[in-house]
Amino acid sequence: MFDNFPLWPASASSHSLPVDLLYIFLVLLSTAATVGIAVAIGIFGMKYRRHRHPEAEQIEGSLILEIAWSITPLGIFMVIFVWGAVLFFNLRTPPQDSAEIYVVGKQWMWKLQHMEGVREINELHVPVDKDIKLIMTSQDVIHSFFVPAFRIKQDVLPGRYTTLWFRATKTGTYHLFCSQYCGTMHSGMIGEVVVMKPSDYQAWLTGGAPVGSLAQNGQTMFMQLGCQTCHRSDVQGRGPNLVGVFGRPVQLEDGRTVIADENYVRQHILTPGKTVVSGFKNIMPSWQGQITEEQLNELVAYIKSLNPSPAGAAGGPTNNPGPATTEARD
Amino acid sequence: MATTAVSVERKNYINAEYGIRSWLFTTDHKRIALLYLVSITAFFFIGGFFALLIRLELLTPAGDLLTADMYNKAFSMHGQIMVFFFLIPSIPAVLGNFLIPMMVGAKDLAFPRINLLSWYIYIAAGCLYILCIASGGVDTGWTFYTPYSSQFSNTRVVEAALAIFTAGFSSILTGLNFVVTVHRMRAPGMTWSRLPLFVWSHYATSIIMLLGTPIIAITLVLVALERALNLGIFDPTRGGDPVLFQHLFWFYSHPAVYIMILPSMAVVSEIVPCFSRKRIFGYNFVAMSSIAIAAIGFLVWAHHMFVAGISVYSALVFSFLSFLVAVPSAIKVFNWTATMYKGSVSFSTPMLYAIGFIGLFTMGGLTGVFLATLGIDVHVHDTYFVIAHFHYVMVGGAVLGFLGGMHFWWPKITGRMYPESWGRLAAIIVFIGFNLTFFPQFILGYLGMPRRYWDYSHMPEWQGLNVLSTAGASILAVGYLLPMVYLAWSLRYGKPAPDNPWQATGLEWRTPSPPPTFNFDEIPVVTWEAYEYDNMPLPEEVTLER
Repeated sequence: MFDNFPLWPASASSHSLPVDLLYIFLVLLSTAATVGIAVAIGIFGMKYRRHRHPEAEQIEGSLILEIAWSITPLGIFMVIFVWGAVLFFNLRTPPQDSAEIYVVGKQWMWKLQHMEGVREINELHVPVDKDIKLIMTSQDVIHSFFVPAFRIKQDVLPGRYTTLWFRATKTGTYHLFCSQYCGTMHSGMIGEVVVMKPSDYQAWLTGGAPVGSLAQNGQTMFMQLGCQTCHRSDVQGRGPNLVGVFGRPVQLEDGRTVIADENYVRQHILTPGKTVVSGFKNIMPSWQGQITEEQLNELVAYIKSLNPSPAGAAGGPTNNPGPATTEARD
Repeated sequence: MATTAVSVERKNYINAEYGIRSWLFTTDHKRIALLYLVSITAFFFIGGFFALLIRLELLTPAGDLLTADMYNKAFSMHGQIMVFFFLIPSIPAVLGNFLIPMMVGAKDLAFPRINLLSWYIYIAAGCLYILCIASGGVDTGWTFYTPYSSQFSNTRVVEAALAIFTAGFSSILTGLNFVVTVHRMRAPGMTWSRLPLFVWSHYATSIIMLLGTPIIAITLVLVALERALNLGIFDPTRGGDPVLFQHLFWFYSHPAVYIMILPSMAVVSEIVPCFSRKRIFGYNFVAMSSIAIAAIGFLVWAHHMFVAGISVYSALVFSFLSFLVAVPSAIKVFNWTATMYKGSVSFSTPMLYAIGFIGLFTMGGLTGVFLATLGIDVHVHDTYFVIAHFHYVMVGGAVLGFLGGMHFWWPKITGRMYPESWGRLAAIIVFIGFNLTFFPQFILGYLGMPRRYWDYSHMPEWQGLNVLSTAGASILAVGYLLPMVYLAWSLRYGKPAPDNPWQATGLEWRTPSPPPTFNFDEIPVVTWEAYEYDNMPLPEEVTLER
């Protein structure tokens, strides 16, 4: 919308047009309301100016008017509320088969990890017309991932994952900002999102030195850290078998049942004592401070890849923005 | 009604006693109001100085005037000073303090010594904050978000937090004093339904001060303790939750917005009837909408957190409640406008400010509706759109209300008239300068300019709008300085003010200007409703021109 108008942001995702339409609706409505008030004040001010109208007519008020101008805005507000809520629900619900990219924010840069293993800093290359889900965390303070051309934004928190999704609709290069104040070089924590044609993207992806995929790196980590000595793929291990665990409900020792989503897996690696699985002992060491956020992402990607179901690697049912395990931390 | 002849010898609260001690140890609510006026004006100019630095830095895309750290401190201290040391005390502690006892027909507030104590606490907090600035300042933004404030910033966070913690007690005591005064000190016949709307609005404000301020106080103490003792409450690596801070912070700081705007609504509700010579339209609705704002205002805090990682369902609830809180504000705007209908309208200085308030507050409120709308907030959150929105409410609303009120009651407070044509000129300059400063920021925000950016050299396309904004700020500065000059001038050279220059209806106008120490020679007995302008003569044209 308004593609070359300098006072309007570029529009390059499937969210852009719906957000712009609602925004324009609100601008028109607000302008009408403001002009209405201004005209009323102007007319009353002129018509009943003291030298023309020295004797005021006393009016106590009007119940009908009061009710009318309470109900009318309320009705309009409810329409806006529902419209905005529908957009928001869409913004927060990634399609099932989105491609996933991990994002780590730190003072003052963005680090990105593609599933194929390619890493980037302050640049994100994505194919056009493909649903992309970002799984984001911060290794220090709160940041916020903001791409104005896509009309999307999500705070990036230390200690847990938040997600964001988009489908870029136009090739080009777009600004990426950190929009949550994060210290000295907050305004330097910027980058670019490069939207490419699928063929160009494939070429870009395979162009660099060959690297292992995120899940493969995770598997290597898993072995190096000795995780497999307990988490064996048979039932003999001292820890639960992790095959097929991701995305399923897990019965905990304290009676709770939680869905094993990305946040659960990362929490369990960092603070295993808080979520001991039913039937197992609290013997797993904490990896808090031992591994980096990027390595943690690799481990999570590996554990997701252990799902035998074909949709497993894509995350599947765990992307619900709903209550489940995130609610508890809200 | 007191005589309109002014005799210089007559004892009033200003000439009743002389000497610095008579001011520093006074328990007279009117003198304390003046102590507050001087102190908050000083902080307004310190906060304004930081605003000047911000606008000058943003004149060019490159970060060239200040270093990044200096810039971060400038906007942090601008925000903290303006919110906690100017806006929150501004109208309540100055005009509220001065007027509420007179408006209800009392000799003083319920607890005069506590009133003085609240000023000393404010000054102690202010000194602490000055110390914070002098020892290097703070760079957390006015919002102190953790874990940046608790673990990462290496600036004077503890000092700033303690200063604001301390200032909170001043606010709590003022609120307590007002609530008790309104309940217990009303003159015979001054029923609740006869109270001026100024009092209703301040009553609602006081309730927020009493219930909300302790939360911010304890939250900032937690931040200070976390820094000093490393407690881990907001540290995710030890099971803490940084988002918890945001809930606690906004639980106070959203209602705090109403602490800032309700008193301005209070002022406008007095000015509009007076300069329309009419009873306010829908008294009950205006009064009750203040209470509704205070009540619902406590239930909308998480609309500051739609992208902070809260669940979709809680976002839906908070969005819905935020739309509800917009309704009572709309009711007020409609009633003020309707009050002018068939009135006898004069555009004197206070009325110009009141009309400016209605227009700018309408825009501030409506852009608040944008932000309550979930799908829109995701894009504009933490951008200049938000900055523009809350300056429309806090400057266009709160500051214009404050200036309007200062002009309206200046004759009562000082016993002198200010020069009317200078007053109108300044009001118009403020209005133009304000819009030029902040309107471009709505556009910048939708373009995507994030707030708190020191350097935008990669986005030079934002410069034009920033230049407009800085130019507007210079005009606005002139609009602020002008009243400083002519109001000060009027103290000596202004025409002596009659007791009731505007022929307004409140009890404060039925006592001499300036009032005697105990306000009334005898406690009035009220037999009339508020705003009975049909019984008042038109004010003399000498003071009011056309």
